[in-house]
Amino acid sequence: MNRRIYGLENEYGIICTSDRRGGKALSIQNAVMYLFREIISGRMYPDVFLENGARFYQDIGCHPEYATPECDNVMDLVTHDKAGERIIERLSVSAERKMRSDGFMGRISVFKNNTDTPGNTYGCHENYLMDRRVSFRQLALQLIPFFVTRQVFAGAGKVKPTNRGGYAISQRAQHIREEISIATTTARGIINTRDEPHADREKYRRLHVIVGDSNMSEFTTYLKVGTTAIVLRMIEDNFIKKRLALRDSVRAIQQISEDTTCTRKIELENGKRLSGVELQWEYLECAKRYFEEVESDPVTDQIMARWEYVLTCLETEPMQLDRELDWVIKKKLIETYVKSRNLKWNSAKVMMLDLQYHNIRPEFGLYYKIEKKGLAERTVTDEQIEHAMHHPPETTRAKFRGRFVKLANERKILCGVNWSYIQLYEPYQKLFLSTDPLQAEYEEASRMIYSI
Amino acid sequence: MPAEKQQEQRDQRTQDTEEIQPNPEVTEQGEEIKEDLDRLLDEIDEILEEDSEEFVENYIQRGGE
Repeated sequence: MNRRIYGLENEYGIICTSDRRGGKALSIQNAVMYLFREIISGRMYPDVFLENGARFYQDIGCHPEYATPECDNVMDLVTHDKAGERIIERLSVSAERKMRSDGFMGRISVFKNNTDTPGNTYGCHENYLMDRRVSFRQLALQLIPFFVTRQVFAGAGKVKPTNRGGYAISQRAQHIREEISIATTTARGIINTRDEPHADREKYRRLHVIVGDSNMSEFTTYLKVGTTAIVLRMIEDNFIKKRLALRDSVRAIQQISEDTTCTRKIELENGKRLSGVELQWEYLECAKRYFEEVESDPVTDQIMARWEYVLTCLETEPMQLDRELDWVIKKKLIETYVKSRNLKWNSAKVMMLDLQYHNIRPEFGLYYKIEKKGLAERTVTDEQIEHAMHHPPETTRAKFRGRFVKLANERKILCGVNWSYIQLYEPYQKLFLSTDPLQAEYEEASRMIYSI
Repeated sequence: MPAEKQQEQRDQRTQDTEEIQPNPEVTEQGEEIKEDLDRLLDEIDEILEEDSEEFVENYIQRGGE
């Protein structure tokens, strides 16, 4: 598919601490209640669609979760992922204000990461709409080596509390147990088999990817999703002929994560040994041949160029990418701080820095402090992000959903909304179901919206 | 290689070396980055004024997804 739907779901970590040292903290459940209070306005359950077409809800394990609206290009997706952060940030600020007026003097911190201190994990799920005709076996076979090695640029990084400066490239790698699995909460797989397309099932499948990390860096999200989309296109067109299957993919994903030099070789099924970066080169070279045959577009060309640039840098010295990749930006910052303040790597302060890199409030979050100083590569602008907080993408069905939600909220009308439908109950029941998320305008949907 | 060509290459190389003189703009940029970094480290000091040990210990989520 040349044009496809992309979506990102992020589960956030949340903690509420008291202003007083040793003071009693508010439970996560209560903090989440404060967070949702403003936005659910009278509804029973914290689960709402927003005027920008996104869904914001409380997920399993009491995590606030933001699912972007359907986007049909990578730039929109990065923008809407960031808009989600900004929305939650503003909600957390007003939640804190309300909490303080109720007499609890504390602070709410929200983290866009994937692990807590004892090692529980929560995810960042990518969704790609795909052509149903692709054999799932084929898809899994060709995607697994890509997902195992993609972390060399897509990882969010994680301090390992040893005394030797331990650091892993990926937060999620150590939580992956299977090659292929339906589970998202226990035996997590490199390939997840959940397939609810929220669209015409005969035509589309949804690829639900749970193996990746949550990213702070716009550049990293852009490259992660952009390269994956290119690989999916090649798989749909049955273009990848080379067998890149690995001997033990689950072990390999962990081995690559543990090696910040990015040089460690992993074994392929055919006995060959390649590093994560070399395996990525195989996919990139294949993509170059692919685009000699099929038409590209300016964004795809840019993704290809940046993919090549990043692999070239990773090959020579990964730490060069301290403006582009989350795991490198964070590693460099923590190492610089540890050196200048003479800290031990296993101190609580170092663990704290790792956490605070992912804090979505700009006044506390380390990523945002770096970004503000112009030390992080950006792919979208603050104006675009601000716009996306209130407006859906123009080119997918999120457009009519967003308009419907906005009007229904303004007029305080009882309605039902989901990914594939909008529904009115009064004066009589009306439901519009869409089977093609790539279509933005439907006459029937417009009529329903005008009738409000 | 003809002598003329060698001379040409040598000239080219000298030119290249001449160009590697410190560029005041780049140096200035480098200093700015260093200042930014120093300020950043000071800001991190402030973040770490909070009791890190207590914070990190209490950061316990339930598994999600």
